[in-house]
Amino acid sequence: MKTWLNAWPVFRQLTDGDPFGRGDAVRSAKTDSLVARTASADRVAKSICPYCAVGCGQRVYVKDEQVVQIEGDPDSPISRGRLCPKGAASRNLVTSPTRQTTVLYRRPHGTDWEPLELDTAMDMIADRVIATRRETWQDEVDGMTVNRTMGIASLGGATLDNEENYLMKKIYTAMGAVQVENQARI
Amino acid sequence: MFQQDLANSDCIVIEGSNMAEAHPVGFQWVMEAKARGATVIHVDPRFTRTSALADVHAPIRAGTDIAFLGGLINHVLRNGKEFRDYVVNYTNAAAILREDFADTEDLDGVFSGYDPEKGVYDESSWQYEGTQVTAAAGQRQSPQPGASGAPGTNREEGGRGAGDEETHEVSRSEEAGSGGITVGGKPKRDETLEHPRCVFQVLKRHYARYTPEMVHEVCGLEPAVFTRIAEALTANSGRERTSAFVYSVGWTHHTVGVQYIRTASVLQMLLGNMGRPGGGILALRGHASIQGSTDIPTLYNLLPGYIPMPHASEHRDLDDFIGEAAGSVGYWGNMKKYAVSLLKAWWGDAATPENDFAFGHLPRLTGNHSTYQTIAQQIQGKVPGYFLAGENPVVGHANGKLARLGLANVEWLVVRDLQLIESATFWQNGPELETGELRTEDIGTEVFFMPAATHVEKDGSFTNTQRLLQWHHQAVEPPDDARSDLWFYFHLGRLIREKLAGSTDPRDRPLLDLTWDYPTHGPLREPSADAVLREISGTGPDGTAVSGYTELADDGSTACGCWIYSGVYADEVNQAARRKPHREQTWVAPEWGWAWPMNRRTLYNRASADPAGKPWSERKAYVYWDEDAGRWTGPDVPDFQATKRPDYVPPDDAQAEDGIGGADPFIMQNDGKAWLFVPSGLADGPMPSHYEPAESPVPNPLYSRQANPAREELRGAWNRPNPAQSEVFPYVVTTYRLTEHHTAGGMSRNLPYLTELQPEFFCEVSPQLAAERGLEHLGWATIVSARNAIEARVLVTERMRPLRVAGREVHQVGLPYHWGSNGLTTGDSANEVLGVVMDPNVHIQESKVATCDVQPGRRPRGPALVEYVEAYRQRAGSGSGRLPHNGRAPIEEKS
Amino acid sequence: MTSISSLSSAFTGDDPGNRLFGPVPDVVGQSTSDADHPARVGFFTDTSVCIGCKACEVACKEWNTLPMDGADGRVDVLGLTGESYDNTGMLGANSWRHVAFVEQSRAVDLPMPTVGRPGDVGSPRPLAEPPVVHAEVPASATTAEQTAPQQTQSGDREIRWLMSSDVCKHCTHAGCLDVCPTGSLFRTEYGSVVVQEDICNGCGYCVPACPYGVIDQREDDGRVFKCTLCYDRLTDGLMPACATACPTESIQFGDLDELQARADARLAALQADGVEGARLYGRDESDGVGGVGAFFLLLDEPEVYGLPPDPVVTTRDLPSMWRHAAAGAAMAFGLALSAFAGHRR
Repeated sequence: MKTWLNAWPVFRQLTDGDPFGRGDAVRSAKTDSLVARTASADRVAKSICPYCAVGCGQRVYVKDEQVVQIEGDPDSPISRGRLCPKGAASRNLVTSPTRQTTVLYRRPHGTDWEPLELDTAMDMIADRVIATRRETWQDEVDGMTVNRTMGIASLGGATLDNEENYLMKKIYTAMGAVQVENQARI
Repeated sequence: MFQQDLANSDCIVIEGSNMAEAHPVGFQWVMEAKARGATVIHVDPRFTRTSALADVHAPIRAGTDIAFLGGLINHVLRNGKEFRDYVVNYTNAAAILREDFADTEDLDGVFSGYDPEKGVYDESSWQYEGTQVTAAAGQRQSPQPGASGAPGTNREEGGRGAGDEETHEVSRSEEAGSGGITVGGKPKRDETLEHPRCVFQVLKRHYARYTPEMVHEVCGLEPAVFTRIAEALTANSGRERTSAFVYSVGWTHHTVGVQYIRTASVLQMLLGNMGRPGGGILALRGHASIQGSTDIPTLYNLLPGYIPMPHASEHRDLDDFIGEAAGSVGYWGNMKKYAVSLLKAWWGDAATPENDFAFGHLPRLTGNHSTYQTIAQQIQGKVPGYFLAGENPVVGHANGKLARLGLANVEWLVVRDLQLIESATFWQNGPELETGELRTEDIGTEVFFMPAATHVEKDGSFTNTQRLLQWHHQAVEPPDDARSDLWFYFHLGRLIREKLAGSTDPRDRPLLDLTWDYPTHGPLREPSADAVLREISGTGPDGTAVSGYTELADDGSTACGCWIYSGVYADEVNQAARRKPHREQTWVAPEWGWAWPMNRRTLYNRASADPAGKPWSERKAYVYWDEDAGRWTGPDVPDFQATKRPDYVPPDDAQAEDGIGGADPFIMQNDGKAWLFVPSGLADGPMPSHYEPAESPVPNPLYSRQANPAREELRGAWNRPNPAQSEVFPYVVTTYRLTEHHTAGGMSRNLPYLTELQPEFFCEVSPQLAAERGLEHLGWATIVSARNAIEARVLVTERMRPLRVAGREVHQVGLPYHWGSNGLTTGDSANEVLGVVMDPNVHIQESKVATCDVQPGRRPRGPALVEYVEAYRQRAGSGSGRLPHNGRAPIEEKS
Repeated sequence: MTSISSLSSAFTGDDPGNRLFGPVPDVVGQSTSDADHPARVGFFTDTSVCIGCKACEVACKEWNTLPMDGADGRVDVLGLTGESYDNTGMLGANSWRHVAFVEQSRAVDLPMPTVGRPGDVGSPRPLAEPPVVHAEVPASATTAEQTAPQQTQSGDREIRWLMSSDVCKHCTHAGCLDVCPTGSLFRTEYGSVVVQEDICNGCGYCVPACPYGVIDQREDDGRVFKCTLCYDRLTDGLMPACATACPTESIQFGDLDELQARADARLAALQADGVEGARLYGRDESDGVGGVGAFFLLLDEPEVYGLPPDPVVTTRDLPSMWRHAAAGAAMAFGLALSAFAGHRR
């Protein structure tokens, strides 16, 4: 009977030191069980904001293998936990409703996208690199050794990791491509 | 300098940057300085959110910063406000030039050595008397943020046509990298700075006409405001005080972009603000790892660590390549160690002393192969394959149509991105389909869209704007087919190598000899980013991680993928992943991440002490000589040999760093001095001079030479210029970012919370311009150039203001450049109206200033749009922009 | 247990403890029997250092997973408002932070006074302390020390671009709370006023009761939504999302007492520097709502920012409100019964 009565807001209002029903008396079950996503996360990964070059520290909260929250890392000497609107929207970047997560293929002169298996796409791209390299290879230009292809070019964004840029430059150089460029020149 | 160090500045000049909007979190350090009493000055054509928090906003006409900064230099020199002890000891002010050097003041806008036929400078007359200053291969592209890439070839007045892909002549600046030029012998010096041909006096004469009145004439800035800024800057510089400059692409996106930054450098050297706490020049770069993309370059002219790509005509073997750098003075004297260690990192056991460490595996350059040249070649059908990795050129490049025509004429295209960006769908919904200039069925491009992983779906390091490497840890697996670029390139390389296995073709050796055995993990077989970072950092003879580049050798016993990053894996620990909370260390925070080189946070910090090694003042003490300990000390890692005494005088035969004196802080230069005057290495002059932008409504008030005579042009029906001073294009247009969006929009226009904050493309105009053209607030305006016409909603605001320049009123139009045809918010791209005309040193386009016309109402649609723009081109005399099938108009040489 | 007699003021209108109007030393204590409840917390929004980045708006939406503003995800109805860089327009059910942008300009006479050096005597902006290089950069920039008015000379014009992040005021006398018939609105142990979405029935009585026009119904489901001061984050020892993100500490979160002291010092500094128009808004505990939990430093009249100049709690005249309260009590009774029934299953 006591438990039953205690769940009744009016009774709580009259007896809980909250005569106006503004606080304790009206707390709902949901309110009482409220837990911050930061507290219920399975783990936190330390990260860096992917937008501008300020380099703000981020903490990425993961629950059930999904990113549930990204916020500033207060430990960072640069950002001290703060983020701009883009950094604050980083979770949106990962979970964007328009993000394209499967391979798409447009055949020459095609009028629409077609689906393509990732492995098939990788194989096709490798074949095209090899063929284009063969067809456009230059041993010499005007009698000077060049050992290169002018048939393959690349333009990279500046959100690439250093390790990614390194592998790109390494493999392109080995394949003889010199027209390797980056947002850094734009 | 690094961002937190701005808090120590007594005066901060933000120019060519809209820091509060584009780098809001970094701006907290400006606010911190302001809280401590610093004066904050914003120099910008527009009144922005940065201006709103500044003490002074100086509105100047877009494209006139050299005149403004030159005016400040003149103020310093005319009033004796230079920091004399710093200037005499730490710069080349005392060096005496040859007698045959002639200034732009003497030759009305060109320096001596200009060849009007070729449009190129011969720099021999710029050199010190009695010495030969040459650009050795050992002198590399500047590692300073903001300047990337190297440089140009021959230009004619009025620019040089494109198609110099096969150009064989190598200019000095093409070769230039970071570090010093080889100075053969010691230049004559006059420590009194009185000699009429010493750099100091030459500089003084060069800027004598850059008076407040001239600044007013060129920039449209009231002399009283100019004087107020000049006084704030000089009052806050010297022994006791330091001032900082902050810039972004507002300086680099010009045909004289490198010279903009040079002007600020000259000013900061004269004021003694370099290498000192709260002093210096902070380049705010725009992308998470754009600095890293320059250090470990995906750039055509560089190898990792600013080692140049070899050139066909000059670098036949490794010794040839190292050339004069071997044995020269300064850290570039060690270049062979860095180059051999790189070759060992890439080709491992296949790189031996007998085969020149596989130096022959490197492909050779024959000229300028930068991005816009590549696009011009694509349009000609000469570049069958193209990779776009996180880049959206049809929105982000100047002249989006040019980029689309390039894409429409390659055979296969790989686009790696998070979203279906405009560069992936140009064949489906590009603007040229509506105008009839392209037809989907005619476009033969095979397109692979390969979904990318986000930063939380992979491990790796970003290098931020202050050279700081910071590691980000993977939080979750990428969805579906999404993969990291590390995964893509590793497995692509693996597949290519598997397919070529057993090949006896010598052309395949560079691929088959490559070290490409990174460990993989997880269900996706993700390669280990940690292992890649370790290779970048380098390993010694016993295979363990080196502590830094001083351990590298030139005998093949060490391997290192990027010498300036050497040490980031010291002690077998990923130093970039260090995250000691800032509250638990000094304000310099040396245990957070890792800064190149050798974890130094402020470059050239030996300059924070006087020649004797004592702090210039207690208030500005930073790195100084501790006589008792016999070493340099301070809160930062000294950017100097730790135990080299301040009174060290190098013997005549000293090499590399041993050739740098104990009182010479600028150790990457082989004379150890900061250069007020650049005797070699720049394509467009040893001192900055004001030139009008390539597209300007007014004549150059300083010289009869209108624009940079060495600028680089790209000619074709797809890239017509607006003639200078054309009444058809009477207004100045400038482009910029908004806080709420990011670059070409792929990372912001698809995010609901960002989209709603800036939901539409708009232009900003003054009430006066609105009245002149009948534009209504929130109505539509059409902005037209010789390239294209776009439409935007109109924001009429007093934050835009007309300026009185050269006796007339100049109106400026502001355009944020984030929009395109895809995403949650769509709109025309500002870059459609910009043309491609470039800085000759770094091939960066002039996208911060051009001319345009503005008309009320929406633009024509369909084929009518082509006719509308063509009519403008005809009236202006720009040449026809009509395109043949698939846009394959030829590259035109200058007639 | 509190005796029923303490309720009498609600029925008589006799309000010696300022339960309905006037200053209240411990507003939390009025609604809990927990004597050790935390100190009242709130926001001090110092608009003189706001850079208008809207990180607060986004961080709020991210944390509270709010829908796109007004458009219910339909981008075709999004558009520029024309109010400078403000495209949010106002606080609402889906926008619990809103940054206002106000452009002002006027002509000034040239030449202007020169800018002094930090610490110089006679400087137009005298400073307490010159910058100290050796001193560690404080862990947190105290904006109380800042002398940064948004007042910039730009050529021959003086231009101000005022930016201010608005939010629910978490009033001492919260009209929304007192008219809520369901007990959905409640005052937390931190002193903030929060809607319990599992209780709100969408009656909307609270909407006109708010003197600031903050609380708002969501069109699709009718319930009301507003800033919770990130109640859930507070339980995890975190600051609200907006204050956490704010790059320049324009939004400061903390114990209200401390914030009030900081704001007073900041105002004094600005006034000493001759900053025109600097004032505190919502700081005065004798105002029409008994002072607020989220107060502001403004650089102009409140109306300029879209804020009411003299807000008064709608429950000040209780008798006129009583019939609403009575009706509400009846509804609360019914709801409590149904909630209990659900609970028992």
